[in-house]
Amino acid sequence: MSNDGVNHGRRRFLIATTSVGGGVGAVGVAVPFVKSWNPSERAKAAGAPAKADISKVAPGEMIVVEWRGKPVYIVRRTDEAVAMLESLADDLKDPSNVDEGQQPAYAKNTNRSRKPEIAVIEGVCTHLGCAPKFFPEVKPQPFEENWRGGFFCPCHGSKFDLAGRVFNGSPAAKNLAVPPHSYLDENTLIIGVDEENS
Amino acid sequence: MKKLIVVLFALLPSLSMAAGPSIPLDDAKVDLDDQASMQRGAKYFANYCMGCHSAKFARYNRVARDLGISEEDMEENLVFAETKIGSHMKIAMRPDDSKAWFGATPPDLTLVARVRGADWLYTYLNGFYADESRPYGVNNTVFKDVGMPHVLESLQGMQVKGSAPVVVGFDPLTGRELTEVQEDVLYLAEAGEMSEKEFDTMTRDLTNFLVYMGEPIAKKRQEIGFWVLLFLAILFVPVYYLNREYWRDIH
Amino acid sequence: MSKFQAFMGWVDHRLPVTTTFEKHMSKYYAPKNFNFWYFFGVFSMLMLANQILTGVWLTMSYNPSEEGAFASVEYIMRDVELGWLIRYMHSTGASFFFLVVYMHMFRGLMYGSYQKPRELIWIFGMLIYLMLMAEAFMGYVLPWGQMSYWGAQVIISLFGAIPVIGPDLVEWVRGDFLISGITLNRFFALHVIALPLVIVALVVLHILALHEVGSNNPDGIDIKKHKDEQGRPLDGVPFHPYYTVHDLVGIVVFLFVFCFVLFFMPEGGGYFLEKPNFEEANRLKTPEHIVPVWYFGAFYTILRAITFDIGPINSQLGGVIAMGAAIAILFVLPWLDRSPVRSWRYKGWISRINLVVFALFFALLTWLGTKPASGLYQILGQIGTLVYFAWFITLPFISAKEKTKPVPERV
Repeated sequence: MSNDGVNHGRRRFLIATTSVGGGVGAVGVAVPFVKSWNPSERAKAAGAPAKADISKVAPGEMIVVEWRGKPVYIVRRTDEAVAMLESLADDLKDPSNVDEGQQPAYAKNTNRSRKPEIAVIEGVCTHLGCAPKFFPEVKPQPFEENWRGGFFCPCHGSKFDLAGRVFNGSPAAKNLAVPPHSYLDENTLIIGVDEENS
Repeated sequence: MKKLIVVLFALLPSLSMAAGPSIPLDDAKVDLDDQASMQRGAKYFANYCMGCHSAKFARYNRVARDLGISEEDMEENLVFAETKIGSHMKIAMRPDDSKAWFGATPPDLTLVARVRGADWLYTYLNGFYADESRPYGVNNTVFKDVGMPHVLESLQGMQVKGSAPVVVGFDPLTGRELTEVQEDVLYLAEAGEMSEKEFDTMTRDLTNFLVYMGEPIAKKRQEIGFWVLLFLAILFVPVYYLNREYWRDIH
Repeated sequence: MSKFQAFMGWVDHRLPVTTTFEKHMSKYYAPKNFNFWYFFGVFSMLMLANQILTGVWLTMSYNPSEEGAFASVEYIMRDVELGWLIRYMHSTGASFFFLVVYMHMFRGLMYGSYQKPRELIWIFGMLIYLMLMAEAFMGYVLPWGQMSYWGAQVIISLFGAIPVIGPDLVEWVRGDFLISGITLNRFFALHVIALPLVIVALVVLHILALHEVGSNNPDGIDIKKHKDEQGRPLDGVPFHPYYTVHDLVGIVVFLFVFCFVLFFMPEGGGYFLEKPNFEEANRLKTPEHIVPVWYFGAFYTILRAITFDIGPINSQLGGVIAMGAAIAILFVLPWLDRSPVRSWRYKGWISRINLVVFALFFALLTWLGTKPASGLYQILGQIGTLVYFAWFITLPFISAKEKTKPVPERV
């Protein structure tokens, strides 16, 4: 081992120590470059929670609010519409919100919201991202004879109910996403803030 | 040759002249660890300065976070109108209007501490005095013919430039102050709402805040720096011995 | 055969990786007597890598428009996570780049590294220096502060002094009737892409030319004169591992100094980040003192030293010519030094004193560049300019006539 006058053991130890130290240093240098790609304060300010005044939204009506570049549909469902949600289960791909990633915990129910009459749904079709159109009335539609009210996506024909759940036969596989939201008071909804991140 | 040296030495004093006459600046005693001071400074800035001066590169929520002010307090006391707390500290005054009113548009102050330095700012805030010849009746010791009125006059009072007794030392026997009358000094002719000491604290707080706002990351920068230098010092050890180990081969 | 060896065999069959590594690292024999002055080439490469890496990252958030540039720098400093660190790495890196390049060049002067057969290495080096100055100048305009704008104003208007084509040339460089966002945008393109590519190419040529003839050393001895049976220089050591581990020590110490400045005094006392540049560019307000960044100081002093007309050449043009000559004369240094020995260790005492005086005056000229050109400063600047040129002009005579000491055969 050391018949050439070289202490290989010491050499290996020093190379190892230096390599480890250098590796730590390299990771340290990489940190600012990686972290600088995170959303900046400007992005966070623009993506800040959006407030919505729902006092003037009549039953059966929808308003749209922008949050993080996405349209958010806020619908005041009629009592009939709310009552009907339970009965649609057989025609839906995921009626009981098995996919946990599509809504916060407090929306893991039939109406997919905190208050049964207020729907808060991202208007982004889970197929390829188009904005589904609002068809709240229960009447036959060109795209569906037995239309029970909900959203229809014009791009590829995906259909969702008034809780944003996807109907069988749609190209989309998941229910429309429900964003984090909470109520500042009876008439003010705030999107982007809930008990997890307030 | 000797003549050249004499001439060169004779010109030595001109070294100080070439930079222009310098006005002595008071020591602002900046302390970026004094959060209470910076919080007061932020409050004064919002209430007394932001009527005319924006801080358009600073965000309210960053100031709140760095200075230990809750977002509620910030929104209540320092953010005006319906402005969101994440937005930049801008103002409503139009630059053309303010230029017409003051002769020059009141500059944005986010970075003023990095341009002027803390001592200059502190001396400036304390350096307003009565001057009939100016449009707003005041001039300033470090900023000759400044267009800014004495916004803090109600708090400080009005200083006048003239002859006044100045404290030059202490009598070692009695412990009392020794004064002598000097020319061209500032003294308070009319008192304001604050005592001299209170006003001095206020201007110090404002300066502290402005220094913070010029570079909010300064404290963190130094903290990280300590660890980086420590890491390098430790890394030096194996690297040095590794080199020595290999160069044993060479004779 | 190990898996790694098999893999390398496959690669080497298609791309000469191993032979290249051997030629330039593990079988490149460098003199064993490298001293402190021999770190600065590696430090220069480190700084080049730093500027490129941090520069690319800054480009991700910087806005090269007149309206947005200044604000985008503050955006990087405040809103981008750890953006301030990347910015300071870049600004500190720029100054340190010049610091190490000046030390690297001085090494060349001391040990005659520009002498035959290394003239081309020196020329490539001088071209790198020239490109680096252009790169740094344009980079400093990008933050669009008061000094960015007014410094650009002064330097670009220098071109106007050139007879006949001057004013048109200035307009062509600016792309506008005044320095505007148009000028800013083209400087951005040159600074981010064009010049870095040119500089990297020149560095490659610089190192290839060096490896072709082999490195010089503090004694100026040719180590290839004495080889062993296998053709390896007796006074040489393989660059890898001996100088890789050696340079590692230097790099750690260098990084310590670099990081100290970066984390504790990034403004460099007002020399690395000049105070007026924290104020947005204002065409209607000229700063009291327009000074270039410190590393241009010497040539700026020489430019301002010519305060008199010389016949048909007015003082402004005279200054431009003097400044140009000061840079150009560096290129022909290999042919001005006619000494039979390379290193100043074996030259006469006059050469040695002259070199020290030259270095001190270069430092003085650099410092004077940050001061107003009046009074004693101006006189010292003019004396310094004379000393600067005198060193070059007297070099051919002194180097040819001087009595030199005998140069040893072995290191």
